[in-house]
Amino acid sequence: MYSYLDFEKPIAEIEGKIKELRHLSDDSGVNILDEVSRLQGKVDRLLRQTYSRLTPWQKTLVARHQLRPHFSDYSAALIEDFTPLAGDRLFGEDRAIIGGLGRFRGRSVMIMGHEKGADTDDRVLHNFGMPNPEGYRKAVRLMRLAERFDLPAITLVDTPGAHPGIGAEERGQAGAIARSIETCLDLRVPMISVIIGEGGSGGAIALAAADRVIMQEHAIYSVISPEGCSSILWRSAEHAREAAEALKMTSEDLLKLGVIDAVVEEPVGGAHRAPETAIERVGDAIERALAELRPLSGGELRSRRRQKFLEMGKLTLG
Amino acid sequence: MSWLERFARPKVRALFRKNDIPENLWEKCPNCEQMIFHRELETHQRVCPHCNFHLRLDAKQRLRFLFDNGEYQTIELPEVVADPLKFRDRRRYAERVREARTTTGLTDAVIVAHGELGGSQVVIPVFDFDFLGGSMGLAVGEGLLAAAQLAVLQDSPLIVVPASGGARMQEGVLSLMQMARTTIAVDQLREAKLPYIVVLTHPTTGGVTASFAMLGDIAIAEPGAVIGFAGARVIEETIHEKLPEGFQRSEYLLEHGMVDMVVHRHKLRETLIKLIGLLRDSGARADVVALPRTGLEIPSVGSDAKVSKGPSETPSGPS
Repeated sequence: MYSYLDFEKPIAEIEGKIKELRHLSDDSGVNILDEVSRLQGKVDRLLRQTYSRLTPWQKTLVARHQLRPHFSDYSAALIEDFTPLAGDRLFGEDRAIIGGLGRFRGRSVMIMGHEKGADTDDRVLHNFGMPNPEGYRKAVRLMRLAERFDLPAITLVDTPGAHPGIGAEERGQAGAIARSIETCLDLRVPMISVIIGEGGSGGAIALAAADRVIMQEHAIYSVISPEGCSSILWRSAEHAREAAEALKMTSEDLLKLGVIDAVVEEPVGGAHRAPETAIERVGDAIERALAELRPLSGGELRSRRRQKFLEMGKLTLG
Repeated sequence: MSWLERFARPKVRALFRKNDIPENLWEKCPNCEQMIFHRELETHQRVCPHCNFHLRLDAKQRLRFLFDNGEYQTIELPEVVADPLKFRDRRRYAERVREARTTTGLTDAVIVAHGELGGSQVVIPVFDFDFLGGSMGLAVGEGLLAAAQLAVLQDSPLIVVPASGGARMQEGVLSLMQMARTTIAVDQLREAKLPYIVVLTHPTTGGVTASFAMLGDIAIAEPGAVIGFAGARVIEETIHEKLPEGFQRSEYLLEHGMVDMVVHRHKLRETLIKLIGLLRDSGARADVVALPRTGLEIPSVGSDAKVSKGPSETPSGPS
């Protein structure tokens, strides 16, 4: 069953009608092809209209859409011989961050990222993509491994944020995030990050201090969730829409601010409507970035990456 | 001298002087609720003489208690884009900043100071919690970068004293980027082989802990400080459980291996002096060892090197 977002109601109605008509034609043999194609045209127009001017809050809902492709969909489609590697060698295996070796368009890479999970059981298994300290420590281990074998590191970011839990704090969540950021900024191999869904705060930047930060058109990237921001600054959870506006968390705004380097256009109606196309386009963007970065030496990569972050904050939305 | 300097400045100064006179001569300890005379509180560095509770310090008090003779210079914070997102919640962010500047007399949540500690140069950026919860935005990021550069330039250690709720929401993702930028800042100390010490004070949470604050070569915490990433309330609401006693407090962090030591405010200066002396192998500097042994207590300055040489040592200079 396809799940529609609230603002997609008009689209849902027409698509419902199309289904009914198809059903009818099966039974009665009436030719309704003209009517169906007319309605389909209407759906396409509506989708194009709706998705070309999504509000930041609507983008938040799209970024969190259940059917939006997740890490596992990307690794399945883009990576041959994907070989997950587990554990931080200190405490445990955190399934909120998956990573491993594989071949991307013919060349070996290290790929890692947050996994939110596909259905209820899967989501629980992956802790809804909210890492514990072990996740970041595993990420650090894999980044260093990539560096040792001169392999590019690719990260896919999709997390509501770090896991708020007693154990996470006791095992040094803050330090683990800090060291992961530090490692990203120190690597002497190409490092590419793609914000594929939700780029939630510390849990996101831990994997995203990269040479190239690429963002899916309808993804969001923010210092705090709109809900969290609303409850702190407005003292009530009801202002999430306004908070989403104020936080400037869309790909369009972040590109202007120089926080991200490129935006990947999503298929009409969002990545969840055509996952294969959406994933393929991200693959192309990664390939382009890799082609630019591969000729650079380790030292050059590292110093340019650091310089890029040092220069951030000079651009405005203008 | 322009009219502005002649008239506006003294007026502004008068305004601040007024603030310096405590409205109440007595302050109540938030912990034991005993009344403490303000002068006594000051001589105790705002540690309750009855129960040892560490009351909060503003940035200037902190600096006065850290540097030799309370003397230091501050550097001007580099200019940053003001209100980059034109942020507005119930109030305009620009307004909140203006108000914080008036009440604290600071330009942003961090002061970068340099001066002598135990006779050697140090750079100390200190956070002021009264400035928008000590939150980290562009200005704080720039402040830390400037502090790190100054330390490298002076070949001196960097001691950061955070007191911060975390990243400044009103600067959105640009605040999140300060986590990366401040990490680069303190990494420069590492590259220059200079000590980077963090003194975690109440409270140090959120994006500040998840970047430079947890990357110190040595991590010191003040007693009873709340130090953590996620807020206690958020955790409680997520797991629907009561949090353990002392959760996210300094002593709890020490127990879990997250800090090197919990140090009483009265011992902080001497601890820092000792650590820097040890890290830089400079405890036996001439100006320290050459002091005559008069039986008087030598004011905290790197006295450890002497002690380690034993009581039979003559008061002659170093070899």
